[in-house]
Amino acid sequence: MVAVKRVLDYTARVRVKSDKTGVDLTNVKMSMNPFCEIAVEEAIRVREAKGTDEVVAVSIGPRQAADTLRTALAMGADRALHVHTDAEVQPLAVAKLLAAVARQEQPQLVLLGKQAIDDDSNQTGQMLAGLLGWPQATFASRLELDAAAGTALVTREVDGGLETLRVTLPAVVTSDLRLNEPRYATLPNIMKAKKKLLAATSPEELGVDVAPRLQTLSVEEPAKRKGGVMVASAAELVDKLRNEAKVI
Amino acid sequence: MLRSLLLRRVTPWISEVRSAAPKALPGGHRYLSASASSIDSELGTQDERESMHFDLLVVGAGPAGLSAAIKFKQMGKQQGQDLSVCVIEKGAELGAHILSGNVLQPTALDELLPEWRQDEACPIKQPATASRFYYLGRRWALRLPNPPQMKHKGNYVVSLSEVVRWLGQKAEDLGVEIFPGFGGAKVVYGPSGDVHGVQTNDVGVAKDGSLKDSHIPGMALTARATLFAEGCRGSLSQHVMKRFGLREQAGAQPQTYALGVKEVWEIDPAKHRPGLVVHTVGHPLPWDVYGGSWIYHMPNNRVSLGLVTALDYSNAYLSPYQEFQQWKRHPMVTKLLQGGTCLQYGARSLNEGGWQSIPALSFPGGALVGDAAGFLNVPKIKGTHTSMKSGMLAAEAAFNAMVKAPAGSRAPLDLSAYGTSLRNSWVDTELHRERNIRPSFGLGGGLWGGLAYSAVQTYLLRGKEPWTLRHRYADHEKLKLAADCTPREYPKPDGEITFDINTSLYRSQTNHEHDQPSHLKLVNPKLPEVVNLPMYDGPEQRYCPAGVYEWPVGDDGRRHLQINAQNCLHCKACDIKDPLQNIRWTVPEGGGGPSYTVM
Repeated sequence: MVAVKRVLDYTARVRVKSDKTGVDLTNVKMSMNPFCEIAVEEAIRVREAKGTDEVVAVSIGPRQAADTLRTALAMGADRALHVHTDAEVQPLAVAKLLAAVARQEQPQLVLLGKQAIDDDSNQTGQMLAGLLGWPQATFASRLELDAAAGTALVTREVDGGLETLRVTLPAVVTSDLRLNEPRYATLPNIMKAKKKLLAATSPEELGVDVAPRLQTLSVEEPAKRKGGVMVASAAELVDKLRNEAKVI
Repeated sequence: MLRSLLLRRVTPWISEVRSAAPKALPGGHRYLSASASSIDSELGTQDERESMHFDLLVVGAGPAGLSAAIKFKQMGKQQGQDLSVCVIEKGAELGAHILSGNVLQPTALDELLPEWRQDEACPIKQPATASRFYYLGRRWALRLPNPPQMKHKGNYVVSLSEVVRWLGQKAEDLGVEIFPGFGGAKVVYGPSGDVHGVQTNDVGVAKDGSLKDSHIPGMALTARATLFAEGCRGSLSQHVMKRFGLREQAGAQPQTYALGVKEVWEIDPAKHRPGLVVHTVGHPLPWDVYGGSWIYHMPNNRVSLGLVTALDYSNAYLSPYQEFQQWKRHPMVTKLLQGGTCLQYGARSLNEGGWQSIPALSFPGGALVGDAAGFLNVPKIKGTHTSMKSGMLAAEAAFNAMVKAPAGSRAPLDLSAYGTSLRNSWVDTELHRERNIRPSFGLGGGLWGGLAYSAVQTYLLRGKEPWTLRHRYADHEKLKLAADCTPREYPKPDGEITFDINTSLYRSQTNHEHDQPSHLKLVNPKLPEVVNLPMYDGPEQRYCPAGVYEWPVGDDGRRHLQINAQNCLHCKACDIKDPLQNIRWTVPEGGGGPSYTVM
């Protein structure tokens, strides 16, 4: 099972709304989160290596999330499930919904992107593993499934270098950048994707409460960068650091 | 009859202009044999590889292409014959490569989708409320009477990107298959030379030409009829025009172009007048360069503004981008923009040839629609309604030809009924009436001569005069040697009203997968250093509105042409203006290019 999220395109330029409640997303290009694309690609490679029979793509969101699922289907997923909700879903709610879906679908492996590029939370995969009580291997840069033994060998990118874990399946794995390079969706696959099954459900049907636990107080643009100043001497530097920047 | 006599006189002269190597360049450079034929022939193939077949294939999801697709499906429903339509689009999503003023004349839309006025989702909401026309000096503005072509009653101020997205939705609702992210790279020909369809480009090819892991060869999309709706100076359309001699067939004159540079701003609500349509001529363009600017007040405190510069300018030092920045420094414009934010930036080329430059429109297996053929009404600066109508007429001709063809026939479809119906339609009447206005600016009197002629033409002659002025030269031939030109002074940008190219480019959201071969091909890679730089001072570094062409000093102390293909806005100015026609714009990997959303 692979979870994907529809986010603003990584090349899109955004502006903060004038009332500071968030980012202005009208008319902004949206696409699949890049880390989710990597997760979908990995899921398909696992299936191609006969590690599993079927890849199910899941997404949570409004009507347009179905487009993201169609992209996943065009890349090669077998079927898709759309949890339709117009409400804001935060990582905890997403994790609960995915946990409910996982209990229904009973996958061997759940793949997610390590984080979404709109909120950079980096929480969903971890919380999902916690809710299901499954092992987790996050920031994966390499995944090797041993279906017969029921385990997977995952190399993780951590601050100190690379760490390799062996996890028992079922497990949650989140993808990092170097896991793979996602394939292009070819035209015939895009056409075939239109005929693949895309089922819909809702948080109510799954019995999950998606009320937000966090409230956004304000969103502001970063302060404008001021030009650098050349100082003539070390004494002047110290003076500026103390009196202007007030850092010493 | 006089008209056809005059046109026939023009034909022998056309064949001179046809060859890629102009014979009499200023300075008399005869050694150029920038034969573009090798690159052009690469644009055709007979390889049908893995292919998908449709009844109608439309290359390009702009107003013309989508109107054609919608009309085709509508006819199918009316006559109980559901034929398949596929539209491919090189932009990553619909509207991404659409840029236009735009004050929309809904004539064609009323014919195509009359219920648009009741459609809540339709983004055509703001009627044009007032029109103003100014002549600008450096610091002053003189209000002139509105030319009749600039009366906008019944028209709407819109963002064409938004309209195209809506049209795309309508097309999909009717069952049209639309595939954004796929560009037409080559034309697929059948054994007898008729057009079978197009081939999309290979993806996953590295910069050096080697194949990456993600390599997937392009796919052939074949159809009984293929409509080329690629927009102004479309690469496959140019190729097809040469292959079938479409200009010569119609005795048409060379196409002449302009470059439009545009921004959309969100301005101070106190200054915003929704529906106000403003046009200016004069400053900053020199008297012998055709062009002008617009300011259209859109809904939501937004303003669309830009400058159109004709590409037949002769000064090698002119930069349409910098002229646009200069225009913004005029007090009238600066006052409007102060306190506002620039949202998006972009550029595109426009056809200014008008009626005289319309080529033959159909060929075995296909036809040209929209700006690819060139139906812009230049004095009105409106081309959307004529493009849409051309798409609709082509779709009708294609549908009728398919329905009449005997079942299982493999003979190429003849779409000549489209050319005839276009000549008999309001598109031809409208363009014919205005045909002499643009060329009158080239008669020697520059802006003043042109304005004078246009006044006479508009109020007295009304297009009924028996003569048709010619476009004397192709745009690239007009560029003078740098030594004969005076450099233009362009002040530094202030970062608030005027900007440098990189800042502007950021706002176009243009991007391409960087590890792919450059899509801007040099027919002869040595020519820029031998001719463009020493003779013309590298005009490409000035006319390109995206900073694609640079001449940095290399390690050997000499300057070399650097092509930053990743910045490309797909405007085609280089394909049009390179003095030796050495630069050929081809389609990059699909999905790249600008990401216009409100342009």
